[in-house]
Amino acid sequence: MITNNKAFIVVQYVFVFLLIVACIIPFWLLIASSFTPESVLLDSGYSLIPKQITFDTYRYLAAVSDGVARAYLMSVIIAAIGVTTSLVMTTFYAYPLSRKDLPGRNIISFFLFFTMLFNGGLVPTYIVYTRLLNIKDTLWGMIIPSMLMNAFHVIMMRTYITSNISDEIIEAGRIDGASELTCLIRIVIPLCKPIMGTLGLMTFIAYWNNWTNGVYYIQKRTDLLGIQNYMKRVLDSITVLQQQVSKGINVDASQIPSVGIRMALAVVGVLPVLIVYPFFQKSFVKGVTLGSVKG
Amino acid sequence: MKKKKSLKRVLRYWPLYLMLIPGTVYLIINNYIPLFGLLIAFKKVDYSIGILKSPWTGLSNFTYLFATNDAFIMFRNTILYNVVFIILGNLLGFVTAIAMDTIKNKYFKNFSQVIILVPYLLSIIIVTYIVYAFLNPTNGFINNTIIKPLGGKGINWYNEPKPWPFILTIVYLWMSFGYSSILYYSTLIGIDKTFYEAAVVDGAGTWKQIRHVTLPCMKGTIIILLILAIGRICYSDFGLFYQVPMHSGLLYKTTQTIDTFVFRALLEQNNIGRSSAAGFFQSVLGFILVVTSNAIVSKIDKDSALF
Repeated sequence: MITNNKAFIVVQYVFVFLLIVACIIPFWLLIASSFTPESVLLDSGYSLIPKQITFDTYRYLAAVSDGVARAYLMSVIIAAIGVTTSLVMTTFYAYPLSRKDLPGRNIISFFLFFTMLFNGGLVPTYIVYTRLLNIKDTLWGMIIPSMLMNAFHVIMMRTYITSNISDEIIEAGRIDGASELTCLIRIVIPLCKPIMGTLGLMTFIAYWNNWTNGVYYIQKRTDLLGIQNYMKRVLDSITVLQQQVSKGINVDASQIPSVGIRMALAVVGVLPVLIVYPFFQKSFVKGVTLGSVKG
Repeated sequence: MKKKKSLKRVLRYWPLYLMLIPGTVYLIINNYIPLFGLLIAFKKVDYSIGILKSPWTGLSNFTYLFATNDAFIMFRNTILYNVVFIILGNLLGFVTAIAMDTIKNKYFKNFSQVIILVPYLLSIIIVTYIVYAFLNPTNGFINNTIIKPLGGKGINWYNEPKPWPFILTIVYLWMSFGYSSILYYSTLIGIDKTFYEAAVVDGAGTWKQIRHVTLPCMKGTIIILLILAIGRICYSDFGLFYQVPMHSGLLYKTTQTIDTFVFRALLEQNNIGRSSAAGFFQSVLGFILVVTSNAIVSKIDKDSALF
């Protein structure tokens, strides 16, 4: 747009500024309250500028590092296995699809695409995984269901390959005697680094933020739960955390702050995503915009 | 002779077919077997004899489901929330995209792009924590910092169904507007600048440019996003409706959607009949809607259609 309308420009700046404030304030409230002493919180509630600052909440949290660190570690393990497997499977599916000469390509493509239109929903999926595959209460329950391969991602990658890597390069590789697998590893994958970065980041965030698999598929083995499910349990019932703290440092459970410590936990839980995000922001935006382009 | 040749042609590609195996197996397990599982809705499941051997019951699961008020409430909520979300979400995304396009200061522009996507990155659990910090009845931000100083009485938010349509709409918009803004913005910056220059030569002001250049150029994107959203009108963000209201039973009237119902009936009440009946409706209706809406898109503009 080309505009010299000063009032219009000013309004737009103010509008965007307000949106930024709206994005930051809830966050700020979360962080501020995690540093507010329990007595102040109970007395005057959360406020944007705490009257007093304390690090007690984080000290208590460190005392339950057992619970928190374990959940954290599980999240890292789950995300690492999930992202790696997902990238391999996505590449293995996208590369053959990108080859125009592959017989049966349309059928394979439709086989993938159809899953985006029609799905069985929670009940049949739940039964398949719990009754047929018996992954309830195993680590696989956190990794496999619904998350491992995303049809959208496959299509994004296929489109990337067809529009960025010419058939001639692959053909030349084949003539030089490279096998299909060598072609994929030596030629296609190095050229696909940008898209793999984007998809890897999106998959990482999806795994890190996932909590539904923990709710659906983990019942008894709570030691397998990641940080999201740990935070969910603490939110549902603060006593879980209080008991762990009191066992850790021999303090009466009732003395442990219930409000501030939750907020401190939330701050700790959101850190990885916030740390990773700024470095990959460009790549993430690209993923968002690519996702909107049909395959 | 010809057949033999084509078989040979297929065989030549065996490494590529081999690569497709892991993904294919996963799609079969994760997507295709559950599709057949939709038939559970017509069965009376008895785990002791197995699902395959369980007796067929015709439509009794459905009559049982629709005999109660639950069905009406969850369908109404799901569809109404989606209608509001589609309208307000797209409007806000579009307006924000235009605002970001107007801003010429490079640093402010980049900074705003980074910040508005942050809420989209948060897990619904973190969002629940934030909402809880605002609404917690004893020491939440709203009750203590806003209502009480004004002389009002604190509200017990998690027991009061009435405000939740507003709360959930605000939370939804907060979480998702960054995403839709970026989507619209990426289309917006693709618009040929000469269109605007031509419009200015013809004497068009800011509003005229938006109406006669920006809007027509974005029509395709807007229509596709709208129709895709309509195709998903029977689905809801399970976390938003289950976790953010802290699964408070008193709020069902305004927070129950098909997804939360299916989950509760399956895992909390162990009532697979009603749960699968509701899920069946959601899946089949969803499929019909996606296909129909796509058919409409391809009628309007063949290139914009999804398939």
